[in-house]
Amino acid sequence: MLEIKCPYCGNRSQNEFAYGGDATVKRPELNSVISDQEWDEFVYYRKNPRGNHLELWHHVSGCRQWFKVFRNTATHEIIQTMEMKENP
Amino acid sequence: MHQEFRISSGGFIDRSKEISFIFNGKKYYGYRGDTLASALLANGIHLIGRSFKYHRPRGIFAAGVEDANGKVQLYKDNITEPNVNVTEVELVEGLRIESQNCWPSVDFDVGGINNFFSRFFPAGFYYKTFMWPKSFWYHVYEPFIRKAAGMGKAPLDPDPDRYEHQYEHCDILVVGSGPSGIASALSAAKNGARVILAEDKSRFGGSLLTDNVTIGNKNGDEWVEDSIAELESMPNVTVRKRSQVFGYYDHNMLVMFERCKDHLKNPAPYTPRQRLWYIRAKHVIISTGSIERPLIFANNDRPGIMLANSAREYLKVYGVLTGKNPIVFTNNDTAYETAIEFKAKGINTIILDTRKSSNAGVVQEAKNLGIEIKFNHGIANTSGYKKVNSATIGELNNTKDGYKNLQTLPCDSIFVSGNWTPTVHLASQSGNKLKYEVETDTFLPHQSRQKETVIGSANGSFTLKESLADGFKKGFQISDEITKNSKELSVPLSYEKDFRSHDKFWCMPLPNNKNHKRFVDFQNDVAVSDIQLAVREGFRSIEHVKRYTTLGMATDQGKTSNLNGLQLVSDLEKKIVPEVGHTTFRPPYTSVTIGTLIGREVGKNYQATRKSPMHEWHEKNNAVFVDAGLWLRPRYYNRGEETLHEASIREALNVRQNVGICDVTSLGKIDIKGKDSAEFLNRVYTNAFLKLPVGKARYGVMLREDGMVFDDGTTTRISENHFHMTTTTAQAANVLSHLEYYLQVVWPELDVNVVSTTEQWAGMAIAGPNSRALLKKLFPHDDVSNEGFPFMGFKEFKFKNITARVFRISFSGELAFEVNVMSDYGEEMWNEIMLLGEDLGIQPYGTEALSTLRIEMGHVAGSEIDGRTIAYDLSLEGMLSQKKDFIGKRSLTRKAFAEKDREKIVGVVPLDKKTSIPEGSYLVENAKASFPNPKLGHVSASCWSVEYDNPFSLAIIKDGKNRKGEKLFAVSPLKNIVIPVEIISQHYVDPEGKRVRS
Ligand SMILES: [Zn+2]
Repeated sequence: MLEIKCPYCGNRSQNEFAYGGDATVKRPELNSVISDQEWDEFVYYRKNPRGNHLELWHHVSGCRQWFKVFRNTATHEIIQTMEMKENP
Repeated sequence: MHQEFRISSGGFIDRSKEISFIFNGKKYYGYRGDTLASALLANGIHLIGRSFKYHRPRGIFAAGVEDANGKVQLYKDNITEPNVNVTEVELVEGLRIESQNCWPSVDFDVGGINNFFSRFFPAGFYYKTFMWPKSFWYHVYEPFIRKAAGMGKAPLDPDPDRYEHQYEHCDILVVGSGPSGIASALSAAKNGARVILAEDKSRFGGSLLTDNVTIGNKNGDEWVEDSIAELESMPNVTVRKRSQVFGYYDHNMLVMFERCKDHLKNPAPYTPRQRLWYIRAKHVIISTGSIERPLIFANNDRPGIMLANSAREYLKVYGVLTGKNPIVFTNNDTAYETAIEFKAKGINTIILDTRKSSNAGVVQEAKNLGIEIKFNHGIANTSGYKKVNSATIGELNNTKDGYKNLQTLPCDSIFVSGNWTPTVHLASQSGNKLKYEVETDTFLPHQSRQKETVIGSANGSFTLKESLADGFKKGFQISDEITKNSKELSVPLSYEKDFRSHDKFWCMPLPNNKNHKRFVDFQNDVAVSDIQLAVREGFRSIEHVKRYTTLGMATDQGKTSNLNGLQLVSDLEKKIVPEVGHTTFRPPYTSVTIGTLIGREVGKNYQATRKSPMHEWHEKNNAVFVDAGLWLRPRYYNRGEETLHEASIREALNVRQNVGICDVTSLGKIDIKGKDSAEFLNRVYTNAFLKLPVGKARYGVMLREDGMVFDDGTTTRISENHFHMTTTTAQAANVLSHLEYYLQVVWPELDVNVVSTTEQWAGMAIAGPNSRALLKKLFPHDDVSNEGFPFMGFKEFKFKNITARVFRISFSGELAFEVNVMSDYGEEMWNEIMLLGEDLGIQPYGTEALSTLRIEMGHVAGSEIDGRTIAYDLSLEGMLSQKKDFIGKRSLTRKAFAEKDREKIVGVVPLDKKTSIPEGSYLVENAKASFPNPKLGHVSASCWSVEYDNPFSLAIIKDGKNRKGEKLFAVSPLKNIVIPVEIISQHYVDPEGKRVRS
């Protein structure tokens, strides 16, 4: 079980959190005209990297904040956690 | 009572506390401090059970968790547990044990005939034999294998014991209380670190309980006692015995089970049987010691044959002689100490040593004591069916692949030692990349991935001096990184005997022209010949050899067999062991009772139960409850001899005719505030929300980004920047996370806050033609007329001092109002409504009537919004705004979503107007078509229409738009019924929606 440092609450066990996927995916702007390809990229396609991955987590059983975790998917090492407005 | 093999003094048992136990129907005695194994051995019992495949007689082989043979069925206080290891169970009053895997008895076992046919049961036998014909698998092969492979009997009753979970954090967790473990714990604790020291056995000390050593000016066991007492007195230290750390997970999370109850004679009430500890440690010191490795020779599995150091442990800890005429068979120096200890008790042994000589001090000591030593000798074979009674021994030839001569030596036991295997399981589980050390033939920890340090013999330090020095040093260094106290202890002087080399020779040749079994894995009956066969048949990866032969896959997980198996494969392939590699070590290190993993989350306690503020009222009024997620909701209110069906019809009919009240507290409620709230809702819902007037509610539908309908509900504008959202009961938590995601991640610029208020409001729906009259009685000074309080209106009324939020919304399709009051006033309000509604014919209604009412109205719910339907399928396409963008809108242009013959919701009635259609039934054109019968759609919800007094269902069906009036068949292969049906409109009752506006 991972130990994740919520930027707002500090170190907590993984079972307080929900995983939220790739944090680098950006939702297309509302009302923008985009191709099917671009939309599919946003809705369906995700990389599955072995190594460093910037991802979203949600402190569901805590402060209910979404935040970013920079994690190595092979070793589970968490290099850094940060608020949504920050970047690694 | 007489225990023939117990010596009169010595050991750590209490000879004044005699305890009886029953083994296979016969009563025996042992002492407090015994394990079942030591008590059996004290009575001369070696034969415990039968082996897995060949049903060969097997005896106790070791003294700890590594024992592969001593599995029994344990009975105590009418509780039974299978596959219990006799070396791990402490003797306590009231134990009864029985041998496993034998029928009719361990002494005469019919399955033992497999032994005589053993050449027909080679590696992969099951894979090769039980393949054809396929139908035989279920009726012949599987039952046969299950019976043959049966270990213990699983208990059939719920586990009556109590198990607990505990979370703990510490600076340093020390696993194992041998010399290095105690040294590091002392060193770290004195330097101010918060330390947990865990020992799996019932006594601390590890090898110090059996070795003739001194530390400082104390004997080894005295040093243990004093050190543990000192540790226990320190406030920063937690010391636990009977505690097995069995798993090492990510981020230094370790799990340990503590045996709290089974060893107690009279446990206090509510004592947990075991406690599961989740320990998050800043650093882990692994001092788990090492396990002796067996030697491999023909018929090396007979009862009476055991590890040399285990024989010494039974003697030194339990005062038990495991043999009176033993042979010690070794390829290294350590087994000599066993011979010396037996000599001290007047038992003469013969030592067979595969080496040509040894100049270690302990060998010289044995010589000086006059113990007979035969160097360059091996055991070629053994005899004795239920207990070993002789060994055929011989001098090894120059190439060590045969014997120069053979002779037979009578004996009653053989103590074997094939050198030592460091216990690296936890380090490996943690991700440590092991390296192979050729000098000692061991895998040792090498590169840590997490914060763990391995010390003592687990790290290949086999002398006491090294272990102590390592323990004190690492304990200080690791603790100092955390505490920075710089308080270092000096390492005490120690004395130990001189042990040196081992022979790399460990697998004895067979006597000429013999094909006896030489067992590598005792529990799974894997012999040298099986591994040879696997390699011959082309299995190369050690992971494949393992699975094909089942080497190391029994409950002992190969603690004594894995390394011998690896060495054998590497010899056969003429590779070195590191090229072959090792199989993966996985948790748990030892078997863990399921109850321990479950803890207190048993039955209803598996999840929290959510109850509405009116729950007690429902209970008092004969509600029959149903689980709705975590919530308990009234399904119906029982009257007399009514069935569920009858009650739900009565309740639903009363809503259509008079007025009913339903507890809707469990619907999700989300409070939304902030100046951008309307804009946010406009993006979240498919329909427009920007211009929703204050004091009005609106039905809304939300999608996922992939275009599927996510949830629906009504949202009310309380004031300009304040909204009250409702969700379905099932999706309440998901909708909140969804909103938070868009507010925090996607559109952080929006000034909106959301919070769940589900528990803050008690909700009650008042539905039926009399509901307005009831509302008027409840709030006599307020305007509740159709003009003053129109459909989808919202008002705040006062009842006494209670503020009630009243919404004119309807799920039942009748004129209806939903009243919300703060939770604490819920029951009072409910009672008031029941009282005032009495002469209007009010009755409470449950979820069953609620479903009936919504189904015959054609309203969709969770059974239609199932994550696979788009708005069109649910006839909600009118809810999709053409003027604005919203979450998921872009997906709706996907080709499949625009098909003209897409699925659509319809109503279904049986032609006979009598037969209810099971939910989940398929709709097909031809009931007699052969399988697979093309499926047009499925029935999502069924009810008994109270409006028409016949069955009615909703279905989602291909091209549903154009099927009204078609005659189809509903088939339920599950219930084996076929029902002719007609497709009609989903809106069976009041299709124009007049009633809700009346
Ligand atoms: Zn938090």
